[in-house]
Amino acid sequence: MDQNLRELYQEIILDHSRHPRHFGALADANHIAEGHNPLCGDRVKVYLQVDADNRITDVSFEGRGCAISVASASLMTDLLKGRSIAESEHLMGGFLQLVKGEDAPDLPPDDREQLEVMAGVSAFPMRVKCATLAWHAMKSALDSGSVAKTQ
Amino acid sequence: MNEANTAAYDVVALRRDFPILSRQVHGRPLVYLDNAASAQKPKAVIDAMTNFLTTEYANVHRGVHYLSGVATERYEEARRRIQRFLNAAHEEEIVYTKGGTEAINLVASSFLSPRIEPGDEIVLSIMEHHANIVPWHFLRERQGAVLKWVDVSDLGELDPADIARAITPRTKLVAISHMSNVLGTATDLREIVRLAHERGVPVLADGCQGAVHGNVDVQALDVDFYAITGHKLYGPTGIGALYGKRAHLKTMRPYQGGGEMIREVTRDRVTYADAPMRFEAGTPAITETVGLAAALDYVETIGRDRIARHEMELCRAATRKLKEMNGVRIYGEAADKGPIISFEAIGIHAHDLATILDREGVAVRGGHHCAQPLMERFNVAGTARASFALYNTMDEVDALVAAVGEARKVFG
Repeated sequence: MDQNLRELYQEIILDHSRHPRHFGALADANHIAEGHNPLCGDRVKVYLQVDADNRITDVSFEGRGCAISVASASLMTDLLKGRSIAESEHLMGGFLQLVKGEDAPDLPPDDREQLEVMAGVSAFPMRVKCATLAWHAMKSALDSGSVAKTQ
Repeated sequence: MNEANTAAYDVVALRRDFPILSRQVHGRPLVYLDNAASAQKPKAVIDAMTNFLTTEYANVHRGVHYLSGVATERYEEARRRIQRFLNAAHEEEIVYTKGGTEAINLVASSFLSPRIEPGDEIVLSIMEHHANIVPWHFLRERQGAVLKWVDVSDLGELDPADIARAITPRTKLVAISHMSNVLGTATDLREIVRLAHERGVPVLADGCQGAVHGNVDVQALDVDFYAITGHKLYGPTGIGALYGKRAHLKTMRPYQGGGEMIREVTRDRVTYADAPMRFEAGTPAITETVGLAAALDYVETIGRDRIARHEMELCRAATRKLKEMNGVRIYGEAADKGPIISFEAIGIHAHDLATILDREGVAVRGGHHCAQPLMERFNVAGTARASFALYNTMDEVDALVAAVGEARKVFG
């Protein structure tokens, strides 16, 4: 198997896709948004609970998709819990750089190390959208105010 | 039957007619199995278009100059070529369109829309391509038409009697695929037309796949409308055709307005040209008609029956070998089907599978194949689809199966 493929489907990604973290609806979420990729029919719904200090106190997702989109969503939820909105958007910016094959010099080293497992997707331009789906849903959940739902 | 038709099927020689097949992808020989999405082009088509552009090109039906006459003749020759391909009774029953989608939209807009009252019904099968669904949804949204869905069996078979049962006095059209682009199911179009006509209902067939994998005789089928597209038939993109019975076309209002579709335009009135020109506003895809005619020549020189036999040999072998693997599910095993296999490697999303296959040089389609109601019917998010063409080989079937095995290893 070729190196790019091995990097894309590395064990940690397969593990996240088989056993997604924070999977399911979040009963007391106050920000919810749905991401939909009409090309493949993949859907992901992101639930966030944001407190008065603009901090994400809880996060989850549900939906169906390929290994890349599920792993990316799962990894994202791992990283977002406890972050401020500003930090979350900063993380997203770095993530988008990494999956496009760019460096993400502004990311804190620990975050960068965790997100870098998704960087293999940069060798597969047709699949970058799978990796970014949950992140865009997260962003629109934050942007949409309380308990709004966007497509 | 000419000499070519009785000779052995020499797939190695035929492959040499398709320049793209000699290229590599990711350092591997290209194994192109996405033919149901679009077929590759033989040199005969590429050359015909190049030659036309090099020596004969001009606009059609307009000028009095020499090249305009030559180009018009080639353009109308291509129409007659399509007429022969479908065995239509009259050349004016062939309307050029951009493709199958436009052909169906034309029928929806010019034939059916004026006949629809709120509550009138359109009967269609659950395995239609979005191109044969969304134009009818337009009539539902805008005019209150009702879509009546006919299910298929778990094997993907469509019982014509189920179509007949779905027809009521309110039914204005049956819109049905001649061959499913997902399941490969070949529908019994002749019987469907017979049953629909008994009830006074016209039938539109989506022939985008059906015309590729067998002979089509619109007169024998007695079908009212038949839509085809060029690029799946080894021709260029941007050109297709609608066959419509002359009696229908005569009654239909224009589709788009513009040049070439008129008889006379004054400041306060307009009269329209007869079919098919009435439906062909604007400068058409002239070079593409020449390319499509060359493609039909190419296919018929080999012989449509022989191509279909070859493709089905590959399809049966691939189906058998995929079923022998653990955890592979096939969607669509109708007794009468074309060379299209939809399958799922259990536990592997279709896009992951398609990505891994691609790295092995194997091009397949992964996803919902523009047939979301069918995906819902089978309760699957998407499938991988391998579809065979005249140039595929048994070695490529083995490459497909080996690549699915590789994917299994990745996902453990």
